[in-house]
Amino acid sequence: MTDQTISPNAVGLSADQPSIFEGGGLWRDKLFHGLLIASGALVLVLLGAILVQLFLGGLPVLKAFGLEFLYSAVWNPVTDKYGAAVMLYGTLVTSVIAVVVGVPVSFGIAFFLTEVAPQAVRRPIGMAIQLLAAVPSIIFGMWGFFVVAPLMASHVEPVLATIFGSLPVIGVLFSGAPMGTGVLTAGLILALMIVPFMTAMFVEIIESVPAMLKESAFGIGATTWEVFKDVALPFGRTALVGAMMLGLGRALGETMAVTFVIGNANRIAASLFAPGASIASTIANEFPEAGPGSLKLNALLELGFLLFVISFLVLALARWMVRSRLKS
Amino acid sequence: MTLLRRRTVFDSMMKIVATTLAVMMIAVLAWILWTLFYRGLSALSFSVFTQPTLPPGKGGGMANAIVGTLIQVGLSVVIAAPIGVMAGTYLAELGNTSKIAGTVRFINDVLLSAPSILIGLFVYQIVVLPFGGFSAWAGAISLAIVILPVVVRATEDMMRLVPGSLREAAFALGASHWMVVSSVMWRAARAGIVTGVLLAVARAAGETAPLLFTSLGNTSWSFDMTKPMASLPIAIYNYAGSPYDEWVALAWAGALIITVGVLTLNILSRVLIAGVRRS
Amino acid sequence: MNMSATDMGMMASISGRTALDPTAEPKIRIKNLDFYYGDHKALHAIDMDVPECRVTAMIGPSGCGKSTLLRVLNRMYDLYPGQRATGEVLLDGENLIDARAKPTVVRTRVGMVFQKPTPFPMSIWDNIAYGIKLHERLSKADLEARIEWCLSKAAIWNEVKDRLHTSALGLSGGQQQRLCIARTIAVKPEVILLDEPTSALDPISTARIEELVDELKSEFTIVIVTHNMQQAARCSDQTAFFLLGKLIEVGPTADMFVSPKEQKTQDYITGRFG
Repeated sequence: MTDQTISPNAVGLSADQPSIFEGGGLWRDKLFHGLLIASGALVLVLLGAILVQLFLGGLPVLKAFGLEFLYSAVWNPVTDKYGAAVMLYGTLVTSVIAVVVGVPVSFGIAFFLTEVAPQAVRRPIGMAIQLLAAVPSIIFGMWGFFVVAPLMASHVEPVLATIFGSLPVIGVLFSGAPMGTGVLTAGLILALMIVPFMTAMFVEIIESVPAMLKESAFGIGATTWEVFKDVALPFGRTALVGAMMLGLGRALGETMAVTFVIGNANRIAASLFAPGASIASTIANEFPEAGPGSLKLNALLELGFLLFVISFLVLALARWMVRSRLKS
Repeated sequence: MTLLRRRTVFDSMMKIVATTLAVMMIAVLAWILWTLFYRGLSALSFSVFTQPTLPPGKGGGMANAIVGTLIQVGLSVVIAAPIGVMAGTYLAELGNTSKIAGTVRFINDVLLSAPSILIGLFVYQIVVLPFGGFSAWAGAISLAIVILPVVVRATEDMMRLVPGSLREAAFALGASHWMVVSSVMWRAARAGIVTGVLLAVARAAGETAPLLFTSLGNTSWSFDMTKPMASLPIAIYNYAGSPYDEWVALAWAGALIITVGVLTLNILSRVLIAGVRRS
Repeated sequence: MNMSATDMGMMASISGRTALDPTAEPKIRIKNLDFYYGDHKALHAIDMDVPECRVTAMIGPSGCGKSTLLRVLNRMYDLYPGQRATGEVLLDGENLIDARAKPTVVRTRVGMVFQKPTPFPMSIWDNIAYGIKLHERLSKADLEARIEWCLSKAAIWNEVKDRLHTSALGLSGGQQQRLCIARTIAVKPEVILLDEPTSALDPISTARIEELVDELKSEFTIVIVTHNMQQAARCSDQTAFFLLGKLIEVGPTADMFVSPKEQKTQDYITGRFG
């Protein structure tokens, strides 16, 4: 019984086959590749555009003040005189505190996750710490301002002042009224924010250390900590430094958390308890009163350009250190 | 004390220190969540989701901010996801032949960690100033730029996980590159790409700084994309810094909502990813 | 396990093959083919004919170039920059290595089945339909007929006809491989390339696929790369022996195994190396 609806072409082999030089529909692929390349290029264009725009936006301020902008601590909207020194200082100090506190903590947690914790518990704890990385920065800001800052003012900073305040050189860092909001609190909150990120990278780097290397160290009687410190860490040294720099890069640009707790004072003070300003917090705070075309807006844009350049250099260097070592 | 004893004791000490640090980190997470629930839950009521922000003393909620966030985040995903998937596909499929691929990947990684406040400034200059005002469009565009690198990275990583043999088998049937990518590779990488988009949504929903310079925030209901639009992070920012207790309480409620949403999306993504990596 | 060459030759002879016709026009004629991975030359001046509607086996130790040659025949190397071929590979007289030849068209006429079964993450139906829809617009009835035809030809129709719309990933390894064969046939190629198709399968599935190859050769030209010499002796009409990127010897299978002309061929077949 033949099925009337099936054409003879459906089954069996046909007699003639197309020449291999004809057709192929490859124009579709040319179009597709063009779209793909354009999308990739867009990423490059975006970065370039951001760089150029911020530079152009800040140019009037460079023209007005020259390089003095970089080291002047004056920020006076009334006389229209601006300088970035306070912000550069604030950004630097808070980021340094964040890294100085955050890196050892991240190493400790990484040690815990890779060597100490029982297997069953590693994934949940690692995941919980990663959730901390997902918390938006404004939440850190609010929590920092309403919960941490008062605690700092009432309990932590007085204690620090008692212990270190009378010491010769570093005592000045812990002088002054314990306000709670200030450079120290901002640095500590930043440390909290970069720890999950750095921990995850540290864990990945340490897990890429060949097991044989660690096992041979264990084999000669090294303790867990000694294997970690003397074998695993040196092996991943470059990538680990890169990860630390990535943490630094994140800390440099953090806005909302810092804005809430840094105290927002446009001056440089020696004490860590004192309020200050970072580049990002200044841009956020001063923008509402910076009208289009005003020199103040240009000053903020120039600050943005500076932050962009600093971040870019740190992040680029960090990425190079991590990727080239991790991939091999 | 013998050397061995000393080393063993030191080792135990370090293990205790490490465990303490890990526990402290978890404690911090718990503390933050507890604070959010403690201060936010009491202010959370039905009206938070139905009433817009109103002047102090008149009650009110965060409904317009929630809707504003949904609109701007949704739009940013619509903009960034296709471009991000295409760029990620570019890196995965043409990465070996194209000269600029290495640079694109590098720049993408840098953008991923770049300060989002600068993206806000950038969009202020190219959208808000020329087009004469703060707008939801500008807000959506700035969020799109923030999340683009996230989608690119996730897409490239997921597509590289697709087995090469599957790719070759599709080509062996005479399929063009477009057909292989669209009907086999994207399909195989589907779960991972969706996860990347979910993470991007979580990121966009929590961003405050870019919106300060683009959509600014709005105290009343507005669906006009060419005008400033409210968003949850901005509303929280404005309310938290205000002198009114009820506004501060509402800020906490908003903070609770955002955090629950963002963490849920993150957990969902991890569950999805675990499923992908298992198969 | 270790059969002598003579035994294998006898096995080849008594399997009742029709002799190769030396006067017939070969389906594929390879002339002076060189292949490079970057700067490394992997194939040296290969000259070989592939007879139509016969099974040609390519044997040799690991790294000898047999899989490399197979992947030249359907332009698979195009996917990887840095890999290139020079010389001629004439499919019905047309050089498929030529830059003007369209790889997509070549691959519709020369199909490939891989070592590891590679079903797409779709239903069985969609797997087969995928290749068809790339090149033809068939009515629903025609499509159903075609799918049944190639699944039958691949000796798997009865096992899957009641679950065509379930995922192909639910099939066993042997079934998945037959599905891949069906998928390749669906596009109606003239030549089917098999790259160690049974090395990942159990003996029973292997036997079924070898039966399948025997049936398919009545309609398709088959080239099979195999590590397993007994398989070559069982299945093929013509065998080509490769070593270090060179074609050492090629000839009717029975002759190759009983009285190989080259010492190296003799050494390989009797298990001296590889």
